[in-house]
Amino acid sequence: MASFFSSRLFFISLVCVVIAATLPFYVSGYILGLLTVAFYFGVFAMAWDLLFGFAGEVNFGPTFLIGTGAYTAGILNNQFGWSVYLCILLGALASVVAGFVLALPALRVRGPYFGLTTLVAVLMLQNFVVVFADLTGGEIGLTIPDVITINAGANYWIALGFMTVSAAILYGLSQSPVGLVLQASGQDPVQAGALGFNIVKHKLAAFIVSAFFSGLSGALLVFYFGTASVGTVVDVAVGVNVIVSAVLGGRRTVLGAALGAIFLIVAGEFLRPTGELATFIVSAVALLVVLFFPGGFLGAALSREARS
Amino acid sequence: MLALQILIDGFAISALYALGATGFTLIFGVSGVLNLSHGAIMVAAAVAAWAAASVLHLDIYTGALFGVGVALIVSFATYFAVVKPIQNSRRIPNEEKEIFVLTGTLLWGIMIQELIAYFFTNNAKTVLPIVEGVVDIFGNRTPRNNIFTALVCCLVIGLLWLLVNRTRTGKAVLAASMNPRGVTLLGLELTQIYIVVWGIYGILAGIAGVLLGMFLGVSSYSVGPLTASAFSIVVLGGLGSVSGSLIAAFVVGYLETITAYMISPAYRTIPALLLLVFVMYIRPQGLLGRR
Repeated sequence: MASFFSSRLFFISLVCVVIAATLPFYVSGYILGLLTVAFYFGVFAMAWDLLFGFAGEVNFGPTFLIGTGAYTAGILNNQFGWSVYLCILLGALASVVAGFVLALPALRVRGPYFGLTTLVAVLMLQNFVVVFADLTGGEIGLTIPDVITINAGANYWIALGFMTVSAAILYGLSQSPVGLVLQASGQDPVQAGALGFNIVKHKLAAFIVSAFFSGLSGALLVFYFGTASVGTVVDVAVGVNVIVSAVLGGRRTVLGAALGAIFLIVAGEFLRPTGELATFIVSAVALLVVLFFPGGFLGAALSREARS
Repeated sequence: MLALQILIDGFAISALYALGATGFTLIFGVSGVLNLSHGAIMVAAAVAAWAAASVLHLDIYTGALFGVGVALIVSFATYFAVVKPIQNSRRIPNEEKEIFVLTGTLLWGIMIQELIAYFFTNNAKTVLPIVEGVVDIFGNRTPRNNIFTALVCCLVIGLLWLLVNRTRTGKAVLAASMNPRGVTLLGLELTQIYIVVWGIYGILAGIAGVLLGMFLGVSSYSVGPLTASAFSIVVLGGLGSVSGSLIAAFVVGYLETITAYMISPAYRTIPALLLLVFVMYIRPQGLLGRR
């Protein structure tokens, strides 16, 4: 751990966070709003990376966890008018329960089978939202009466702070002995089990941690947007973006996933003048990275540093 | 009366699902690739057939052939541009190739989908059916196109069975799905078998896509749901088992039709999803899958 604090990665991250924290003083509200969303997305991607990169579970349904957290928080606020912070906390807890439910098949089936189970979970949630439209607002979306704050700068700092704290916890976890056991059980479950580690317990823990951060971030995002809709927090396309972010930034790096998410959101915005081709260009770039730099941005940078 | 109607309507959609899923499962069985651009290839075929008829003013048969041809080209492009580079890459560790192929084909599918949306808009397109009119089956007015769809699907699946079981190439494909190393030792080039399989897959997906375009109409929004339904049918039947996929396709097709008729079209996909989750818990390898 001590070596981490003197490592180059730590200094680079520290400098990035400090520079990012000063942005509200000289950048327009438009860019702040964009980055706020990107930071919440970064947490989604990091939470996904913990599951895939370390536990080796191909989770096609990150939006099942995100959506559960987001909708629980939104519905509680909408129906009962409870305070925003209580709703966010309960949303995160609901997501943990969802993560637990999702983890149960994961401990039975592997690979593509598990991938499909998670995909089905998303489709079920999507159907649930549409069918129980009275409660969830259906396809139009759920209106949320309260917001955390309407100040763009404050929203930005909350998002940045949240992402930094999440990144520190998730990165710390991934470098800890627990993270190493997770990585081992992802790569060779039989051997890891033979060495005496309880794989089931570790994977369950990974799911719960991942679900907690996904749900928390989803709930915060909902209170930033002031609305929850299938298109923003549940749709499979959102999940694809989360996965692409993590793969782009570099699997198994945690911090890279956040970088990938910020890149994806900002690039999508810069390409907006190209109209409908924006998604095409982003996907093409992502495909090229997957084909030619399979380690992702941070993976490539880290391996160069390791070599020199 | 209602039962007969469900029986007739369900058959056409089930046969269509079966055709779509067969190619998908064949590729997985032979090369272990789950092609998540499946829906995009089907939609590309349907949109190409539509464009041939309404933009290039070709007749219906040429249009349908054009659609299948486009699917074949896109299928080969998927193999050579996405799947093969990942399989041959030395920078990707072997145990992670599966997830890279999934991510790669997913991105490729999105690219195709966006291109279709860009050039042909998001509007739903219906390919002109080859046969028109309705017939009366014991009092049920059934579009001739339904019967045509079902017949073509059964015919193509029958031809595929003949190809795989009765020809030399087909037997090589079958052998590769059982034991790739054994096939290589017998002096057959594995890459050539893969090319044959992707060719068969392209034709199957193309026919399924064009028929779907005639039957229900497609838009670039259908890409995701089509991939998801093929994926769930194949997993339900057992990955790599063609007969399992056929059974699963009919189970899913009829379950959807029954729900749509008896309960509400809005709940159409839910029972099939529940069944899938149930089967995953009870029998994770699918109905006829081997582990």
